[in-house]
Amino acid sequence: MKIMNCPFNGPRNSSEFTCFGPVRPPIDPDTADDAAWSRHMFQLDNTPGVIREWWRHTPSNYFFIAERNTVTDEIVATYEPAALHGKAITPKEITPKEIMP
Amino acid sequence: MPLTLLKYGLPGDHVPTRDIPPTPDLKRSYDVAIIGGGGHGLAAAHYLSKYHGIRNVAVLEKGYLAGGNTARNTTTIRSNYITNQSIRFYKEAVSLYESMSHELNFNVMFSQRGQLTLAHSDSTLRSFHLRAEMGRHNGTRISVVDQQQVRELCPHLNMDMGGQHEVVGGLWHEDGGTARHDAVAWGYAAQASGRGVEIHQRTEVQGFDIAGDRVAAIRTNRGTIRVGQVIQAAGGLNEQVARMAGIELPIRCFPLQAMVTQPLKPFLNTLVSSANLHTYLVQSSRGEIVIGGGSDPYQLAATRSTLDLKEQLAHGAVQLFPFLHNVKLLRQWAGITDMTPDYTPIMGASPLKNYWLDCGWGTWGFKATPVAGKYMAETVARERVADILQPFSLKRFETISLINEMGATAASH
Repeated sequence: MKIMNCPFNGPRNSSEFTCFGPVRPPIDPDTADDAAWSRHMFQLDNTPGVIREWWRHTPSNYFFIAERNTVTDEIVATYEPAALHGKAITPKEITPKEIMP
Repeated sequence: MPLTLLKYGLPGDHVPTRDIPPTPDLKRSYDVAIIGGGGHGLAAAHYLSKYHGIRNVAVLEKGYLAGGNTARNTTTIRSNYITNQSIRFYKEAVSLYESMSHELNFNVMFSQRGQLTLAHSDSTLRSFHLRAEMGRHNGTRISVVDQQQVRELCPHLNMDMGGQHEVVGGLWHEDGGTARHDAVAWGYAAQASGRGVEIHQRTEVQGFDIAGDRVAAIRTNRGTIRVGQVIQAAGGLNEQVARMAGIELPIRCFPLQAMVTQPLKPFLNTLVSSANLHTYLVQSSRGEIVIGGGSDPYQLAATRSTLDLKEQLAHGAVQLFPFLHNVKLLRQWAGITDMTPDYTPIMGASPLKNYWLDCGWGTWGFKATPVAGKYMAETVARERVADILQPFSLKRFETISLINEMGATAASH
């Protein structure tokens, strides 16, 4: 793994990227009990094989998803986080009122 | 030991014995099966056979004896942690190393030279004061030292680092030291096998037969064995082995890389580490400079090496000791560390009644070899988790009572 294909910046040297760990399945904060929270926080994917992770292109601070094989250390695919959720996530519009109440 | 040396060293007719007997056939059943023939598993076998009279024991090792993380660590032994639970535990580890050569009748070359951790900022120095107070409170030898004392302890150290990482002080841990890792494993193996423990190399655990909440049998590539109790001490494979038994562990695997230089004349009489530079150095008894640092920046299930990490380690080493810039690297390697979220191991009970965990040893396992073996053996013999191991239970992740040792562990030993 020397070159990583950033969905936003294209192929870049792997030293420009930071790993943020495996993608966690979403949790419902209203219904989750202690055991579910414990699993959510500490029980991350350690499968030898292809895992799905959060990565960041550090200079541009762009976050995306990479599928990487943890046995061969090869990138299988990289894509925008929107693809993970099946729809685009737009940042909530922040009004000046919310910043300074 | 010295008397034995005189008895057998002077006459010329002493025939050397083979320390580890060849792998026997698997029996049908064992009182205790230990998964993992590394330092921890072998130490547990030694303590079970010597102090608890349990000798019908099989150590199951997938590869060869002590060929995993026992062979790949950088042999640092220390107890300068930050929480009471950890310091109490690692302090006993250090004291067991002090008497280990006698205990095993095997020279493990324990060299208690002291460890110096460098501070490059006032905030680091403040955290060192806390660690020193915690250490002294628990009876270990540890103190914060100023620039002048750092100079005296380590005269060749580059103190100003070009202004970027100026050394402002350090944490001096007199109890720190090193030992020969292979000798530790071989010593335990020789003692245990001398008392009847069977060491099965090239014996891979492939599955478990579980009856209710107990393991009934272990399936291996050489046959199935019935077991009374099981200790899991499988190093980098801990998460995978536990999963075969239906146990989920909060462990992720990262490679840890290290390297040694060509041998030099003795110049470094302490272990030196710098968390800022993610580098630590120690001169081995052969004169080689052993250089290590933090784990890789992302998880991996393979022991590949990278140039990035080598450059980072070399950069740190040259900053600390600029005259190393011409020195050649002799060897480099990687091991797989089983990292826990709080940088503290997981020991004791599992969801299965007769299955005991000794895992999550990440980058800090070698120093705990004797103490983990001692108390895992006690745990199995009494079928009750030893008091000193209680805080390290797997349950702590459910109750969110973690033991945070990140500051005292990450990249700084």
